[in-house]
Amino acid sequence: MLETVLVTGLVIFSISLLLCIWRALKGPTLWDRVIALDSFGLNLIGFIGILMILQSTSAYAEVVLVLGILAFVGSVALAKFLERGVVIDRDSH
Amino acid sequence: MIEILISLFVLSGSLLSLVGSLGIMRLPDVYARMHAATKSATLGVVLLILGTFTYFLSEGVFSLQLLITIVFVFLTAPVAAMIISRSAHRHGVKLWSRTKHDELMESYPEHLKPERHDES
Repeated sequence: MLETVLVTGLVIFSISLLLCIWRALKGPTLWDRVIALDSFGLNLIGFIGILMILQSTSAYAEVVLVLGILAFVGSVALAKFLERGVVIDRDSH
Repeated sequence: MIEILISLFVLSGSLLSLVGSLGIMRLPDVYARMHAATKSATLGVVLLILGTFTYFLSEGVFSLQLLITIVFVFLTAPVAAMIISRSAHRHGVKLWSRTKHDELMESYPEHLKPERHDES
């Protein structure tokens, strides 16, 4: 029973990842693409989480953690860059 | 018994993520899409990793990395969403045509008001 549920979860996550890719390709503004890629990273975490249960291995735990960190850092850096053209700015108003 | 709990976590988590992605696809402007992406996708992923953690706990493995992932996602996803939407608003991305009230615009000083333009 558990395996059926897990495969269903994988299918649902695949649909969700495809929807994120569609929005990242379509736009219309750059910030839409950034949101879609951020959400893509979060959904990838969930996908790998299901894969961990399905294969019954805890080897991917570090992968999940690093993906979470990379999604956050990437989105923040892109947003700051799109706002002013720099990642770290000195005057903060 | 523990399988039912794990299935519940996995199903609710994946359905919430699907709702978030549907919101990203269907909602009209950047700020509404941000709201959909951030709220439901975060809760979905946190529930799903909780299910994974429960599974490994029932197998006798205490995985600290998964717990750290839960805390990290829960803390950073709203921060990233806030930074992205503030960046869009400062750059002047247009709101939906039926938006009634732009509260953040009133908090700018007069010489810093961003011009609204559409980047399509």
